[in-house]
Amino acid sequence: MNITKDTVKYVANLARLELAEEELEKFSLQLNDILRYIEQLKEVDISKIPPTAHVLPIKNVTRKDKLRPSLKAEEVLKNSPQKQGKFFKVPKVIE
Amino acid sequence: MLNTKTAHELIDLLNKGQITQNEILSDLKSQIKKTEPKIKAYAHAPNNSEPVNKDSFLKGIPIAIKDNICTKEALTTCSSHILDGFIPPYDATVIERLKEKGAVIFGKTNMDEFAFGSSCETSFYGPTRNPWDLKRVPGGSSGGSAAAVAADEAIWALGSDTGGSIRQPAALCGIVGLKPTYGRVSRYGLIAFASSLDQIGPITKDVYDAALLLNIIAGHDERDSTSVDIKADDYLSCLKKDVKGLKIALPKEYFIKGLDKDVEAAIKEAKNKLEKLGATFKEVSLPHTKYAVAVYYILATAEASSNLARFDGVQYGLRCTGAKDANPMITMYKQTRGKGFGSEAKRRIILGTYVLSSGYYDAYYLRALKVRSLIKKDFDDVFKEFDCVLTPTSPTAAFKIGERLDDPLSMYLSDIYTISANLAGIPAISLPCGLTKDKLPIGLQILSGPFKEENLFRAAYAFEQNTDWHKIKPDIKV
Repeated sequence: MNITKDTVKYVANLARLELAEEELEKFSLQLNDILRYIEQLKEVDISKIPPTAHVLPIKNVTRKDKLRPSLKAEEVLKNSPQKQGKFFKVPKVIE
Repeated sequence: MLNTKTAHELIDLLNKGQITQNEILSDLKSQIKKTEPKIKAYAHAPNNSEPVNKDSFLKGIPIAIKDNICTKEALTTCSSHILDGFIPPYDATVIERLKEKGAVIFGKTNMDEFAFGSSCETSFYGPTRNPWDLKRVPGGSSGGSAAAVAADEAIWALGSDTGGSIRQPAALCGIVGLKPTYGRVSRYGLIAFASSLDQIGPITKDVYDAALLLNIIAGHDERDSTSVDIKADDYLSCLKKDVKGLKIALPKEYFIKGLDKDVEAAIKEAKNKLEKLGATFKEVSLPHTKYAVAVYYILATAEASSNLARFDGVQYGLRCTGAKDANPMITMYKQTRGKGFGSEAKRRIILGTYVLSSGYYDAYYLRALKVRSLIKKDFDDVFKEFDCVLTPTSPTAAFKIGERLDDPLSMYLSDIYTISANLAGIPAISLPCGLTKDKLPIGLQILSGPFKEENLFRAAYAFEQNTDWHKIKPDIKV
């Protein structure tokens, strides 16, 4: 396994992360180190082992679907970098 | 000097009418004035003026809160630039419960950015320093909480623990830190790092306070679907049971190369102490221990890359927009995240996105989930026969600031003894058990089966009450 600068660039784009040229360089070196360390998992026999996504013996937790108070729009919008009326304002997505 | 006392000592004094809330606050503030410029334990300094109910259970005793737990109308930024200025419109469930009992929220403590780290050095606000030696790290990621409590700048604190972030800083600062069972404490209002691993827990000056605090925050919460509907024990009553007959396992995989000699000696001595008090010991094997760090850095980064997708400049925090181009929305996402996240956060997002990406999912992510099952099974097998497992919390005492920052892998290996508890979802406590030759604290870790915090408290309290390590305070060089 070899992570090149191009791999980091590709993954950074998937993650919507702008990286500087020196970050691409540094991360590709460091990620190679980390992945080399992670390679040791290949020696484990996992052929008959089920995955554990989380440890609790619970699934599909539901609650009653009933009306209850929620935050007011103006409280939610208080932290927004830009707003207009009752909405978050963002740069234009479509022409 | 009321700031040096524990919460339970202060409750007693308040009940007897010998002190007032204001005296506690004023002693804390004068300590902060003296030591905080050097230690920098707080990301957002205490700014308390809330009226409190004197007749409440906690009588207005202040508590410091890690900067990733939402506090209504008080800055909560995960010590990250990307959450600049974020003021939550609601309280986390743990905060609600503390306020109901009459606690005062006393400042937000510094942390590794988004809890990504073991040294508190990746904070946007700069590193916190270890009260025992200002050239050393306090551990992390809850390093600010641990340093504040150890320096008597806080009575007690809350932290969060994803791979050791409560226990390792508690060990490095010479205090008590507890990670409860996964599902024991609600995470509603905890800004998520790795949702299958995160737990909130107490950071305190002694074991009694840890039990007292867990009593307040434990229990089912409808707003966190991973919080379990099992009645919480009265942890204070667990303290009264002694360790006679308690069966404790010593896993041989934890006493290996890389373990500092002073740390090893202190753990052996702790074992002898508990044996004298009536516990029985036997060496066991947890054969998949050596894979824990590799599994963790796949699963934790994968979950983090997904959880951190919400920081995009739309609803809160930082927003960066550049020159008008073909797709200004995507550009806003990329620039905001590129400028808002620090190096370690970016590294983890890249790694997490990579191990989840098409073509690598089976080789990394799915494989790690399967090895996780084996790590959990190791513990399940041991807890069929034993009540507790005893290990060091950290392979070394506090390391120097800067020493591991440029070598992510060596930093990740600082958590080698704490990570397994998160992967297996079991509770674990760290408490002071000695000092190195350089006068740095050493932490003893005790683990137990899921929802068996009782066993941890029995062993930890008996050890603490029969030693003086928890009474030794750092001599802060200010």
